[in-house]
Amino acid sequence: MPSTTSRPRRAGAATPYLFVAPAVVLFLLVLAIPIAYTVYLSLFRIEVSGLGLGKGSRKEVFTGLGNYARTLTDAEMGAGALRVLGYGALLVPTMLLLALVFALLLDEDRARARGFSRIAIFLPYAIPGVIATLLWGFLYLPSTSPFVQLLTELSLPEVDLLSPTGIYFALANIAVWGGVGYNMIVLYTALRSIPRDLYEAARIDGCSPVQVALRIKIPLVVPALVLTTLFSVVATLQVFAEPTTLAPLTNSLSRTWSPLMKVYQDAFARGDVHSAAAASVVIAAVMFVLSFGLLRITRSRAFGGER
Amino acid sequence: MRRALGTLPTLVLLLGAAYCLLPVAWVLVAATKSSGELFATSTFSPGTSILANLDDLSSYRDGAFWRWMANSALYAGVGALLSAALSGLTGYALAKFAFRGRDLVFNALIAGVLVPSVVLAIPQYLLISEVGLADTYLSVLVPSVLSPYGIYLARIYAAAAVPEDVVEAARTDGAGEGRILWSIAVPMMAPGLVTVFLFQFVAIWNNFLLPFIMLGDDRKFPVTLGLYTMLNQGNTTPALYTLAIVGSLVSVLPLIALFLTLQRYWRVDLLSGAVKA
Repeated sequence: MPSTTSRPRRAGAATPYLFVAPAVVLFLLVLAIPIAYTVYLSLFRIEVSGLGLGKGSRKEVFTGLGNYARTLTDAEMGAGALRVLGYGALLVPTMLLLALVFALLLDEDRARARGFSRIAIFLPYAIPGVIATLLWGFLYLPSTSPFVQLLTELSLPEVDLLSPTGIYFALANIAVWGGVGYNMIVLYTALRSIPRDLYEAARIDGCSPVQVALRIKIPLVVPALVLTTLFSVVATLQVFAEPTTLAPLTNSLSRTWSPLMKVYQDAFARGDVHSAAAASVVIAAVMFVLSFGLLRITRSRAFGGER
Repeated sequence: MRRALGTLPTLVLLLGAAYCLLPVAWVLVAATKSSGELFATSTFSPGTSILANLDDLSSYRDGAFWRWMANSALYAGVGALLSAALSGLTGYALAKFAFRGRDLVFNALIAGVLVPSVVLAIPQYLLISEVGLADTYLSVLVPSVLSPYGIYLARIYAAAAVPEDVVEAARTDGAGEGRILWSIAVPMMAPGLVTVFLFQFVAIWNNFLLPFIMLGDDRKFPVTLGLYTMLNQGNTTPALYTLAIVGSLVSVLPLIALFLTLQRYWRVDLLSGAVKA
């Protein structure tokens, strides 16, 4: 963003600083200091001497990158990362493909019931992940599931979505359900901003609606697709509430299923905040690398109308 | 011919709508069943005990459910209000003043959106315990007020909706900066601030991890956490499943109402930076 026309202002030069001060103070309190504290914690470990019972038998010792080495070689952490990768590989393409199809159809003048469909598909966005998981959990549970009921009546083999393999689909479905409408709206908004006469020309040239979609519309919404993909990947890596909520209904979900769940367990169940801190930093670093591209893509276009 | 072609797109859209409404339809039916009926009757045949269920829910541990609802309303309402105010103030300053350190402030604030919540929640908890605020309303409220996303939206909105010459004219007339912000910029930014409020309201209402980590006393739980504890105990007390289902239904009603009535404020186009003010 160009900082053009920055005329020096004599009176009120302190104003912008006063205006941003509350946000900066809060930023330091809830973001910067906790992050610095995490990095600090990650460099130490607790050393227990003797039986670890008496006062002073547990002390903090500097361990350098020891916690990081342990995190990066931790088998359960690696397995968790793979599980989340598998979950994300199911979730992100499915959700974005569906969102794109729905967005294209909403943009299609010949489709009916567009207003209703748009609201219905966007509606799950307003429903908390915990509640969504609870609802879908009962829809998966064999004793209350309409799908299992239907399959039984048709005497087809049962599909157990709460089995160790099924759980990936079960979790991905909850996330698709919750996220497809939001992404659909983002893509639909991008589609609406394309000048309509572009299509008219193509239509006069004899392009079918499908050809218009494939050759004109989709290439023009690629930036929005990149944006939604990156947002979705970042959200996927942070999955926590859904598997935590679904866990009581199945044995297929351990308390350390996703890396973030393992971090939580390390910090609060095992009381090892130092390992948890190191793992947090590693996860944050991965997310930063992934997200940095996103900022670069979006920022340049967003602030046209300011000084 | 043209009309026949329209059936497939319509059908696909309606299928999508049906998929998204299915769990909602299910919870509407399931909430009417007693716990015996829940596991015994066919999924979509209505039960007979919606009123009894609501009664049970209300009397569950002396009205714990309604306290959770009130807590959620407090966290989300107060948190989103403060967040919209803070975002508006900061966004306006970032958009309308060229000052040294502006890019640094903005980039630092925005980087916050990239920090995974769990990375923050653990040290936040340790630090908040340190100052004796763990397990208080403030421990959930304070971290919810700063919204990098809200500041980002408010900045875009201020840049697009508050014309430079209007601000300049007010300055020439001798209006103070605070007055310009309050009487000129805020009314112009109002729709954008409502959007920030809504997004933040939903984000706080839906947040699970922060209260999960901060709170121990279930009298302070928001409704998501309360329902989670119910589901967690359902293994041993199946009657709680029914209560969790009815509770889920009741708890999403305010959000759905908010969502449907304030639809025009769900401006996702702000996210892609495509603002036409």
